[in-house]
Amino acid sequence: MKRYSAFAIAREAARNHIGWGRAWAKRPPKKRYDVIIVGAGGHGLATAYYLGRNFGITNVAILEKGWLGGGNTGRNTTIIRSNYLQDPSAAIYEKARSLYETMSQDLNYNVMFSPRGLMMLAQTEHEVRGYERTAHANALQGVETEFISARRVKELCPIINIDGPRYPVLGALWQARGGTARHDAVAWGYARACSDMGMDILQQCEVTGVRQADGKVTGVDTTLGEIGCDKLGIVVAGHSGVLAGMAGFRLPIESVALQALVSEPIKPCMDVVVMANTVHGYMSQSDKGEMVIGGSADGYNNYTQRGSFHHLEHTVSALIETFPIMSRLKMLRQWGGIVDMTGDRSPILSATPLGNCFINCGWGTGGFKAIPGSGWGFAELMAKGQSPLCDAFGLNRFTEGRFVDESVAAGVAH
Amino acid sequence: MSTRLQTGGRLIDRNQRLSFTFNGTPMTGFAGDTLAAALLGNDQMLMGRSFKYHRPRGVVAAGPEEPNALVGLGQGPRFEPNQRATTTELFDGLSAISQNHWPSLNFDIGAVNNHLSKFFPAGFYYKTFMYPRAAWKHLFEPIVRHSAGLGKVTQPGDPDRYEHFYAFYDVVVIGGGVAGLQAALAAGHAGAKVLVMEQSAHWGGRAPVDGVEIDGKPAEDWVSATLQALEDMENVTLRSRLMGAGVYDHGYLLAYERVSDHRPGTAGPRHRLWRIRAGRIITATGAIERPLSFAGNDLPGVMLASAVRDYVVNWAISPGDRTVIVTNNDDAYRTALALQMAGLIVAAVIDARPTATGALPQAVRDAGIRVETGRGIAKVKGRARVEGVALCAQAGEGAVLEEIPCDVVAMSGGWSPVVHLWSHCGGKLTWDAAQAHFRPDPDRAPADQDGAPFVIAAGAANGHLQAADTLRDAAAAGQNAAVALGRDPADGTAARANAVAEEPLLPVWIMPQGAGPDLRSKMWLDYQNDVKVSDVQLAAREGYESVEHTKRYTTLGMATDQGKLSNINGLAVLSDALGSDIPQVGTTTFRPPYTPISMAAIAGEARGDTFLPLRRTPMQDWHDANGADFEPVGHWQRPYTFRRGGEDRAAAVKREITNTRTNVGLLDASTLGKLVVKGPDAGKFLDMMYTNMMSTLKPGRCRYGLMCDENGFLIDDGVVARLDDDTFLCHTTTGGADRIHAHMEDWLQCEWWDWQVYVANLTEQYAQIAVVGPKARALLENLGGMDVSAEALPFMGWADGTLAGHPVRIYRISFSGELSYEIAVPAGQGRALWDTLLAVGTQFGIMPYGTEALHVMRAEKGFIMIGDETDGTIIPQDLGLDWAISKKKDDYLGKRGQARSHMTDPDRWKLVGLETLDGGVLPDGAYAVAPGSNANGQRKTQGRVTSTYYSPTLGRGIAMGLVHKGPDRMGEELEFARTDGTMMRARIVDPVFYDKDGEKQNV
Repeated sequence: MKRYSAFAIAREAARNHIGWGRAWAKRPPKKRYDVIIVGAGGHGLATAYYLGRNFGITNVAILEKGWLGGGNTGRNTTIIRSNYLQDPSAAIYEKARSLYETMSQDLNYNVMFSPRGLMMLAQTEHEVRGYERTAHANALQGVETEFISARRVKELCPIINIDGPRYPVLGALWQARGGTARHDAVAWGYARACSDMGMDILQQCEVTGVRQADGKVTGVDTTLGEIGCDKLGIVVAGHSGVLAGMAGFRLPIESVALQALVSEPIKPCMDVVVMANTVHGYMSQSDKGEMVIGGSADGYNNYTQRGSFHHLEHTVSALIETFPIMSRLKMLRQWGGIVDMTGDRSPILSATPLGNCFINCGWGTGGFKAIPGSGWGFAELMAKGQSPLCDAFGLNRFTEGRFVDESVAAGVAH
Repeated sequence: MSTRLQTGGRLIDRNQRLSFTFNGTPMTGFAGDTLAAALLGNDQMLMGRSFKYHRPRGVVAAGPEEPNALVGLGQGPRFEPNQRATTTELFDGLSAISQNHWPSLNFDIGAVNNHLSKFFPAGFYYKTFMYPRAAWKHLFEPIVRHSAGLGKVTQPGDPDRYEHFYAFYDVVVIGGGVAGLQAALAAGHAGAKVLVMEQSAHWGGRAPVDGVEIDGKPAEDWVSATLQALEDMENVTLRSRLMGAGVYDHGYLLAYERVSDHRPGTAGPRHRLWRIRAGRIITATGAIERPLSFAGNDLPGVMLASAVRDYVVNWAISPGDRTVIVTNNDDAYRTALALQMAGLIVAAVIDARPTATGALPQAVRDAGIRVETGRGIAKVKGRARVEGVALCAQAGEGAVLEEIPCDVVAMSGGWSPVVHLWSHCGGKLTWDAAQAHFRPDPDRAPADQDGAPFVIAAGAANGHLQAADTLRDAAAAGQNAAVALGRDPADGTAARANAVAEEPLLPVWIMPQGAGPDLRSKMWLDYQNDVKVSDVQLAAREGYESVEHTKRYTTLGMATDQGKLSNINGLAVLSDALGSDIPQVGTTTFRPPYTPISMAAIAGEARGDTFLPLRRTPMQDWHDANGADFEPVGHWQRPYTFRRGGEDRAAAVKREITNTRTNVGLLDASTLGKLVVKGPDAGKFLDMMYTNMMSTLKPGRCRYGLMCDENGFLIDDGVVARLDDDTFLCHTTTGGADRIHAHMEDWLQCEWWDWQVYVANLTEQYAQIAVVGPKARALLENLGGMDVSAEALPFMGWADGTLAGHPVRIYRISFSGELSYEIAVPAGQGRALWDTLLAVGTQFGIMPYGTEALHVMRAEKGFIMIGDETDGTIIPQDLGLDWAISKKKDDYLGKRGQARSHMTDPDRWKLVGLETLDGGVLPDGAYAVAPGSNANGQRKTQGRVTSTYYSPTLGRGIAMGLVHKGPDRMGEELEFARTDGTMMRARIVDPVFYDKDGEKQNV
């Protein structure tokens, strides 16, 4: 693999950039792999990467029915934070956040992690108490957050109206090392690193069946033919129920469309990420200058990946109240991604009723920020059968009632 | 130079001269001009700078596809960035500034990027800026952000108004060109209720510019006559300046009306968002001309051939003195004829096809214009403006055959149907190899709720580029739409257009065919984002093979024009680089809106006071006038406390509590949810909804009830009163009223639909006032009207009666531990009763109190609060509320959930009181630490604070909390961690701090 650097660019500039090779190789599938990961989104690719890096397992294929990074990895609003309330959530999201800090260097691919700071506005007394609780929990979890005053909110984000008539800003939970990253680059960077370790990334390769013998997985049927494996990791977000069906078990997952939109680009005016849960909206400004806005999930189950209008209306009116300059900006584009929601809004990283078959899903509206931590923990779970990061997120928690409920702190998309 | 011609201009009124400024320079134009036309009329071809390389850019197009001519419009709070000059109607006093440059449009420091462009190919930023680690955030990212961004930042305080408009039509026709008008005519004749919308201010589309004749008359005349005919039909509505923005499921259509952008500051809304349900949507949205990719195709003066024609014919603009036309099709020859008719010089028509023998090329040759076939442009000469073109063989590598001086290049690479609206809701496309474009696939149209196609493409938008075919197709579309909705077929005859036969185009994706890397790195695909042919080829070489990968890696089509000009050219270059067919590569996804729409229009009237309108209790005016310090609670704002004189919040709360506990206090409890549950099965229903047994409650009595979800978690609580055998009144928390109502309806409608129960939300029908304190009874007796003695109205009883002349229902319930009456009165009499209570109560020392006093008093008494002691993970058993869980019932919501192993685990955290050792107040939400840390390195915990207050009654801090095996550990001391790492010690005590035996409330 050719190393990326300013020097390499300068060298290539001299010959019209004809010397750049493929970021990830294109190879036909082998007959058999030690591990097959279904789903070449961020979580699947990160899992493969840490299988190789941390456990030396490189005879791995990552199967993708479309194009890699084309699901929720390429559709989210790129927010990274770890200010979660419950211990297991804080552990895996903070692991992820800390891995984002060095990801560009680890992968030699600039994912533009921008720890610009993230605030969650408290706009009711109830929210103030909730975020104070989170701040207390975070202090013991090793997650750096603080509850800040409304005045400080205004200093950090001058375009906020803290004296709105309906919900004045009372303060905010501030995570200075939260921020954003370039979502596509995360998938591409992992794909390049996986390919460099000799793993096969098989795009346009849809899994159509899961093969098993004696209660254990033996391989998968795909549109490129049958491929054998010792272990199978299912990492397919919104379509997890479909794959689980092939493997012979059911999941407590509902799939719904989550709405997002961007404005036309303007010059920099917002240096932080702001989430306003009372009014159901969150916003940041991309490096291109677009205001990136996340909204609510549609109120019905579907797989369409399309934008709908009704929630958008509420999101946008709330944002105009919070950020009055939004009034004269224009919406450039809206879209939807299919999110896999569990009952407690926490993920599933678990062994399954099928031997040697593991599942990583249920990230709901919060998956992007978790990608490296999810990959780190899930790789450990697949390699060793157990991982402290994944312990609390087993499938059995639904039968035991051992929920990890994050909607406690953030009742909406996160 | 570009100038205004002395005559002509079908859209301008030369009698109305308008003044405007561009970058502060005063200019003039005519009524009917677009800003772009007016700027050209003032020799202002340079209109902006590109996003990445800050290259000088002129206008390319004449419509919404324009990528370059973006300006900031207006001033102060009316300033708006990124407005397209080509769709901005000129008005007197317009002020525009160009974008993305410093210090000026003509001299831009940022253009240094242009000279370094070799080092900034597609995706260069993924390969560098990585070291040192902190440099991305502190150095590189700020540079990238400041150099990107395009438009200037807007200001707060938008003074304009926006509104939504809801409409229902059988057939909505999008596009007011001849196809749209013809389709509307056919649908209208068939009796359908029709809306026809046109995004611009003018009807007729391209046909009048292109010199089409319809039914033997100039297209212009046919358009006027047809508009008149449509206006005369009662079932047809015509709207200009209305754009189809987005198509959604079930025939839902969003349309965006720019009501007063062309006359800002006038009465009425600025934008109106139409929210339409349509039986059928006809997209008669026309087609957009494609640029050609040759070196230097982004220099100011290189324009679409159709746009050049538009400027000449519509606005009498000469874009330049000498024009070279470069094309791969016959249509561009119309531009040559239009220019010559206006007296302008056409230096040559360069046609990439080996031959051009059609009627239009022949007419051009006959007019004495030089036509070169088999040729292409090797390079456009010039720096900030076209100065000439270098000719080459299209089949070659770009060896220059000849240089032709010119100041305009008019290019045409063929036409692509506007398929955006067709595609928004799942309509698929098919590749038309003959015309080299994607057009709607009628077999894979967006389907409605019945599986029927609900979008129909018509005319050029359907791939019918010739006027005669367009009209036939549109008439059929209108007819079919109406018939599909059950209307009778009517006269569906299409108007007849003259047919000039056109010869096939030659697909040309780069010019010349064999251009080397040097030329390819000067061929622009996406003008605004500076994506070149070489960038797409680089993406393909690096393995970004999916069209989505290429788009995202190069930013092709991601600018404010969303690739209207660049997408097809880009994916043709990509498919060539991959050696695959264009249809195999496919397109990126078309997303709403068609062109950007204002955020304010999306919000509509929901802003300021009308954003989430506030609900007001009958006593709200009194609160406003008497020092209430409000907090938002659900849809309401409730008084947190009533401050007097110079009191701070804490002092006011303390006074209110002390007074209530010694005299009498008054609380506006109107916001509490009040749900009436009625019917023969009401008792059975409530037995399922609550953990308690409600069916055994006697009329006249109240019972405190707990409500859980299916998982067993406590979601709401409140007092239930049985009004009669069939009727219960269920109180909910303030925030819970709507949610619990919906929760009840959910179960009744989805699970127990055969139970005879109705639920009605009467929250706002009653005002409710809590009269609380040792002197409460004396006060009510003083009002007179009903017996409120302990015998007549015992604790947990209720009674109807009259109080001071008001019909009331009084509940003997207490959330404070004091003697307490909650008085419900019809909302209209709430304020009167409140005033009477205050007036008569003066002798008893009455004072109103707010929510904070309410909270402190309930905590002193050890009562839980939903949202404080609960958070969606707490079961009643955690809170010591086992007594409220009926053991006799077979089932209730949550019973099974509460039986799961984790719920019955003896290790659960349970409710206790907490008493700080130093008398201080524990911080809200603090955790009690335990020794050691867990496998993830987090400090172990053994409990947390759920409610914490300073208790004026006890003169010390009190708290409630959940602690591991708490009730078994009375007297133990715990350490609670502050966020700064210091600890605060507290002792586990009984949660009831005040009047443990209930002697005060039960008197």
